[in-house]
Amino acid sequence: MVMLVVAFVSFSLFNFVGDPINNMVGEETSDEERAELRETLGLTDPIYVQFSRFVVNASKGEFGISYQLRRPVSELISERLPATIELVLVSALIALVSGTLLGVYTGINRKGFLSDAILAISLLGVSLPTFVIGILFIYLFAVILGVLPSFGRGEVVSLGYWSTGFLTLSGLKAIILPSVTLSLFQMTYIIRLVRAEMMEILQTDYIKFARARGISEKSIHYKHALKNGLIPVITIAGINIGTLIAFSIITETVFQWPGMGFLFIQAVQFVDIPIMSAYLVFIAFVFVMINFIVDILYYFIDPRIRVKAEAVSG
Amino acid sequence: MDNKKLTWFNRVKDSDIYYSFIKSPTAIVSTFILILIFFCSFFVEFVTPYNPFDPSSLSLMDAFTPPSWTEDGLAKFILGTDGQGRDMFATILYGSRISLIVGFSAVIFALVLGVGLGLSAGYFGGKYEMIVMRLTDVQLTVPSILMALLVDGIARGIISRELHDEMAIYVLIFAIGISEWPQFARVSRAATLVEKNKDYVSASTIIGVSNLIIMFKHILPNILRPVLVIGTIGLALAIIAEATLSFLGVGVPPTTPSLGTLIRLGNDFLFSGEWWITFFPAIFLVILAFSINLLGDWMRDTLNPKLN
Amino acid sequence: MTFLKINNLSVNYEMRRETVYAAKKVNINVEKGEILGLVGESGSGKSTVGNAIINLIDEPGKVSGGSIILDGTDIYENPENILKLRGKKIGLIFQDPQTSLNPILTIGEQLIETIQTHLKLSTEESKNRAINLLKEVGIKDAEKRFDNYPHQFSGGMRQRVVISLALCCEPELLIADEPTTALDVSIQSQILDLIKKLTKERNLAVILITHDMGVISETTDRVAVMKNGDLVEIGPTKEILTKPKEIYTKALVSSVPPTNKKIDRFKIIEKENKSQGETNIKILNRWTKKEIINQDLVKVKNLSKTFDDSFFIESTKNSVMAVDDVSFNIKEGESFGLVGESGSGKSTIAKMIVNLYSPSAGDIDFDNVCITKINSSKEMMKFRKQIQMIFQDPYSSLNGRLKVKDIVAEPIKLHNSSISSKEIDSYIYDLLESVELTQQSAERYPHEFSGGQRQRISIARALATQPRLLVCDEPTSALDVSIQAQILNLLKDLQEQLNLTILFISHDLPVVRQMCDQIAVLKNGKLCEVSKTEELFNKPSHEYTKELLTLMPKIESIYN
Repeated sequence: MVMLVVAFVSFSLFNFVGDPINNMVGEETSDEERAELRETLGLTDPIYVQFSRFVVNASKGEFGISYQLRRPVSELISERLPATIELVLVSALIALVSGTLLGVYTGINRKGFLSDAILAISLLGVSLPTFVIGILFIYLFAVILGVLPSFGRGEVVSLGYWSTGFLTLSGLKAIILPSVTLSLFQMTYIIRLVRAEMMEILQTDYIKFARARGISEKSIHYKHALKNGLIPVITIAGINIGTLIAFSIITETVFQWPGMGFLFIQAVQFVDIPIMSAYLVFIAFVFVMINFIVDILYYFIDPRIRVKAEAVSG
Repeated sequence: MDNKKLTWFNRVKDSDIYYSFIKSPTAIVSTFILILIFFCSFFVEFVTPYNPFDPSSLSLMDAFTPPSWTEDGLAKFILGTDGQGRDMFATILYGSRISLIVGFSAVIFALVLGVGLGLSAGYFGGKYEMIVMRLTDVQLTVPSILMALLVDGIARGIISRELHDEMAIYVLIFAIGISEWPQFARVSRAATLVEKNKDYVSASTIIGVSNLIIMFKHILPNILRPVLVIGTIGLALAIIAEATLSFLGVGVPPTTPSLGTLIRLGNDFLFSGEWWITFFPAIFLVILAFSINLLGDWMRDTLNPKLN
Repeated sequence: MTFLKINNLSVNYEMRRETVYAAKKVNINVEKGEILGLVGESGSGKSTVGNAIINLIDEPGKVSGGSIILDGTDIYENPENILKLRGKKIGLIFQDPQTSLNPILTIGEQLIETIQTHLKLSTEESKNRAINLLKEVGIKDAEKRFDNYPHQFSGGMRQRVVISLALCCEPELLIADEPTTALDVSIQSQILDLIKKLTKERNLAVILITHDMGVISETTDRVAVMKNGDLVEIGPTKEILTKPKEIYTKALVSSVPPTNKKIDRFKIIEKENKSQGETNIKILNRWTKKEIINQDLVKVKNLSKTFDDSFFIESTKNSVMAVDDVSFNIKEGESFGLVGESGSGKSTIAKMIVNLYSPSAGDIDFDNVCITKINSSKEMMKFRKQIQMIFQDPYSSLNGRLKVKDIVAEPIKLHNSSISSKEIDSYIYDLLESVELTQQSAERYPHEFSGGQRQRISIARALATQPRLLVCDEPTSALDVSIQAQILNLLKDLQEQLNLTILFISHDLPVVRQMCDQIAVLKNGKLCEVSKTEELFNKPSHEYTKELLTLMPKIESIYN
């Protein structure tokens, strides 16, 4: 459902924003040649035929040829994909793990210097635009200290279709700054969410009742409260990964990271529609997958959903 | 209860919100900073003698002057100058005016659209609600910055290149506003669903009050608190989004630079040592966003009775 | 030696504007094997005392003086003490079983964890113990249900699970804070019987905190009456209820609706109005009073309502039959009672009569016009004017953003478009005085009023359209019993003076007996019987009515 809507939007992009022909041919092309090209590209077919062809092609990963770079979009994407995915995965790991830990800590210790400090910093983190953090890091670690590279992926090792930066020292070094930059904003967001969730749960009746039964504070915090508190975190984790992909556009621009975001931002500047629509479809696909995984996780974690589902099926 | 006349002023003074405001130094400080920034940005002509956009007043001789307290600094350029000899302090204030205008307009646009749709969806329910909520779902799956980029990209395709610079600011407001409305729609729908089930709404229906009046006279004032919180945080987000887009080069054009544009332009000089050209706009942006977020955070804690 | 000794206990809540003294030098002793009732209205401090014993007072409350000595141990002497006592020696039961269990742990996990916290038992032994306990509190198939999650239990069953959790390490003191308030009458009596049985079998000391005098009278051995943090009176239950010494206790007892007879008005001891029901209904001058003709004002014919969940594709639940083929008639000028437990469909019927819901089948005639089939909004307004409603929750029934004046003015303006603003003001004042509120109230906002006063504002708003039928949906069930008595008196006065027809909906049989001429009993959406009030209470014909009547807690049972 979501996929179809997004596919339709990107299709419309493709067709109605500017004239694709104009973008593909030069000024001196005659009208006959244009019409011929139109015919061969199938642009004279009814809209629904074009749309279904678009969907079929998209599902095969074909989005046509980039106006600007004159290469097939699928090729460009598959070239850039590993860089973005590695960056996003590392960032997501940093954001989720440290965000949850700090959030739980501040949620349990509502007062206290460390909590206040974490909270103040997290608020600052929400106020710091990603690109400002990036510039700051570059200035600090690359320009002043000179310990970490300020751009690129370092050396990459190619494993079949996949080129990874994880296997070389320079590759690992290169991913530190961009991934930390990318994760900071999301991390602070998760801290605040987990904290609010924990605080709310610690005030519920069942926590009070557990206290009244003499259950230890440790068990109350980590068994009773945390488990309930983590349920919404799953949703957030899902959205988080999606947002990270989007924000990787900025990080990739700042650090000149050769990923898809970098490609996309260039596409926007040059109105390179095929790349834009391909990127959009790709993002939507990732989101749908994440939502699907989140739903499955919910099924395993929240007994209220699980039991309901079992009752329906049997 | 005493019999003193409850004027509006007394009510404000007496309210819990005022009380917790007085008790919260962060809220006071951030409000103070914000008022200062707003004032300086909107009355910038009176605050600084320089007009960075008046070419006759600029001199390339002044270019790359470092901040006044450094060795080569000049007292008349407090924060130094950029590559064209523009006074950084004045440029920043003019830039923040643009950032604030874009931010406010985008939030108001998102607020009106989001609250209108969310309120009516929550109130009427049924298929209409389902369609609106599906729409927000779909849009929420696309991160806001991407949405804004996309709107901008489409606009570039539609609007001719010459017109684009003129239209850029409106495109930007529309792009950011469109990317933020689902938040408002969700919050106001959720709040409306709670309010709708309260008996005062039933009482009004039974009296015979029309749907439109119930929605705007009765429900709207009761859902404003969460909307206000989202609005404040949304303002910070909108300002950051504007800066980000401008930084990426798809926002406002360099001829009328906003904070983000300034940072992007200054970024090029970072490696050659002219750090102040990008540093001060960045710090200014962070202070602005941080103050708004502090205020929003305080508002959320105060206006949310659950956590008190 | 006394088992539990509360000595001069004081608890303060430091608030922004003032310090609230929730308990002031309270002295209570409890022995093993007895049930002590702690009774009082909201804000009396009864729950505070209960929470103080287990040291779980909500912020910003603090124990400011006195001591609590349990079996020789001073609870507040050392903060470590209570940690050893909670669960082990003191068990606590909360009011709402829906929220007191952790939703994502099975009841077995919660039981085993509690047992192993206090007793050195293996998981296997703990499990056996837990299952025996579940059986003891009356849960069938305990072995099977051991691995169920809380949401798989009904309200009454959950409260049993809560009790088993409170008792699993054999505490000697059980504190039950309104343990049955969230439950229906039939389940309430089962839970109370269970508590009584366990008290005897295990020689427990029990503190039962409640606002319900009927529960006190049927369950407790001794009772302590609290008011505004003060202990008013303490003694054997029978003595306190039959021969109260203090004025407050007398007032409290006299405002409880008797279950065995119908009285004319409730005696309000504290402030007896001098000239009740005569001059104070100012609104009478404006009222176009309807003569009572002997006719049926409302005719409900084969009314049904189903709520359909199938709109959401995810939930394949079957539609719920909330109201199933119900018919009855209400005579002009009478009070008609609609009685049933939760889920009986009584509120749904009310909402259909005031046209908030439309019925799935059947008709409602008002003054011989079928109001469920009106399409034109102009026609509808005529009926909106004649049927008004009063709601249960005084806090949600008034829009907090409007002044009282504007709340009451809204219906007046709507139904008299030509009225001048001066005229409106005097109309509002008359209405407010008719419900015994001052003129100054008009300028205030709802949050400045108490629950009872808010309910009066609600009544004033309903009367503003000069309705013929007033639908009262549990109008007093959120109020304290003394306030309830005042509101019920007010409704009776208004009805008498204004010739109102009242549809009175309640789960509280004694209240209905005092208010109504005719009563309909509902169960699961179906009508059980309709009879004259005294007939229903003396010779109930339907089995379910009989059951309800035997199970309801009766304050008079103390005489037997």
